[in-house]
Amino acid sequence: MTDSIINIQNISFTYGDGTEALKNVSLKIPRNEVFVLFGPSRAGKTTLMRLLNRLSDLQEGATHAGDVEFAGQNIFNKNIDVIALRRRIGMVFAVPIPLPGTIYENLTFGLKMAGIKDANTLNERVETSLRQSALWDEVKDRLDDSAFALSGGQKQRLCLARSLALEPDVILLDNPTSGLDPISTSIVEQSLTELKKQYTIIMVPHSVQQASRVADRAAFLLDGEVIEVGGQAQIFLHPKEKKTEDYVTGRFG
Amino acid sequence: MTAQQGVPSPLPVDEAPPRPKREIVIEAFIRVAGVSTIIIIILIFAFLLKEGLPAFFKVSITGLLARRWYPIEDMFGLLPLLVGSLLVTVGAVVIAVPLGLTTAVFLGELAPPWLREILKPVIEVLAGIPSIVLGFLGWVVLAPAIQNMGAPTGLTAFTGSLILAYMALPTIISITEDALYAVPKEYRDGSLALGATHWQTIYKVVLPAARSGIVIAIMLGIGRAIGETMAVMLVTGNAANIPSLSDGLYFQPVRTLTATIAAEMGEVASGSLHYNVLFAIGIVLFVITFLINSLATWIIGGNGGRRRGGQI
Repeated sequence: MTDSIINIQNISFTYGDGTEALKNVSLKIPRNEVFVLFGPSRAGKTTLMRLLNRLSDLQEGATHAGDVEFAGQNIFNKNIDVIALRRRIGMVFAVPIPLPGTIYENLTFGLKMAGIKDANTLNERVETSLRQSALWDEVKDRLDDSAFALSGGQKQRLCLARSLALEPDVILLDNPTSGLDPISTSIVEQSLTELKKQYTIIMVPHSVQQASRVADRAAFLLDGEVIEVGGQAQIFLHPKEKKTEDYVTGRFG
Repeated sequence: MTAQQGVPSPLPVDEAPPRPKREIVIEAFIRVAGVSTIIIIILIFAFLLKEGLPAFFKVSITGLLARRWYPIEDMFGLLPLLVGSLLVTVGAVVIAVPLGLTTAVFLGELAPPWLREILKPVIEVLAGIPSIVLGFLGWVVLAPAIQNMGAPTGLTAFTGSLILAYMALPTIISITEDALYAVPKEYRDGSLALGATHWQTIYKVVLPAARSGIVIAIMLGIGRAIGETMAVMLVTGNAANIPSLSDGLYFQPVRTLTATIAAEMGEVASGSLHYNVLFAIGIVLFVITFLINSLATWIIGGNGGRRRGGQI
């Protein structure tokens, strides 16, 4: 807890239609760990994720209060470069949808948009990111095929790889194994152990079981509020709050 | 369900059950409607060929490609009409396509929602203005304005292009905007999350993803421009001559293929050579439209692999 990369302070978020998605949320995300945000649907997990890389800017009429510090800077500072922020905080969405184009084009998209054109650099990043997301062996001979030809699990890992290609500091994983078979799920989960050596990972899990498997630290969210934050053992074995215990043991949710 | 039930009895196969009468009637009706549409199209085409083809033999191809259209002296050179149609249409496309696409991108991607809510229906209403009304507008407002700019007359190819561009714009804008709207939100999210700017996302992701829809929008717009007759007839001056480059190509009167048919059909004797030639012009128009449609299909088809990937 000494070295937190993201410091969320008293964040509230209200959508344009008046729905209060987050209520006074404060969290410290430590470096190089897997931080899990879990809770029932409508708890505000995805909203919080999209706030961290400011994709929340796209929500017409939404308002927020509070601050998020990333690497010591307030991301809502009006002078902050949102594009640079998104390059350093990558995101993988629940539904893996590649961009129209080839596998190679998907992986180099972010780099090219950042102005990197050198073919050697691009090829090197493509290979590294594909190896990190455990996809290299499956696609190395078909990088010029359409990305839509991949299976669901491969698409999800491609979406992870294209974020990794930008060499971000933080990766947001919004339910990255939804709709994946158990084998693909375990491949993705295993890759997290390697990835956290280099990146900080914030993840919304598919289930409580997955949360307890992958988390170093976890926050239990309910109706936009943080109920409890703690290490893996505390949250999943000895929760302090009744609500957390009820949810973790499957009594509700 | 369980083994105790034993072997199920086989389905009866000897006699097919009688089909409900209602289904037979409905199916027959749909069949007749579908087939008759196709037959009518074939008949129209056959009629066009029957009346138009003789012209190609009586006048000869070289005669039809001559530079003078002067039916009274049996001079049936289609070149001035082809050039007229080409000038007016190309002019309209050059004006309408960039303007239409940028307007659609503005509406779909940049305009605040309240402005979009106002503009979209207004543009769709514009599409409903009768073409002859636009012809009036061209005659009364545009033509004098163009003459004031120094052209010998206000009734020119350029005036026609402006009117046609205006007619094609609502179609192009409306359909392009629909195509942009149909691009999955996930593409935008994915692109932005990878650090692309708003403009990079529009240019590199949204527009390519909407390509087939945009091609259709442009083709429908052009289709409207080529087929349009009355408004163009009013404002292009109707002189069947080939405008010279030196005198300002676009600022001279021209006459289009469609306007020629409309203007002269009423005064030819049925079965005369002139009559055949007017139908031959119809065949030429048909071929041009066919080529443009084929081009559109080819462009969209070239994107087929990606489209099957699940867009639009």
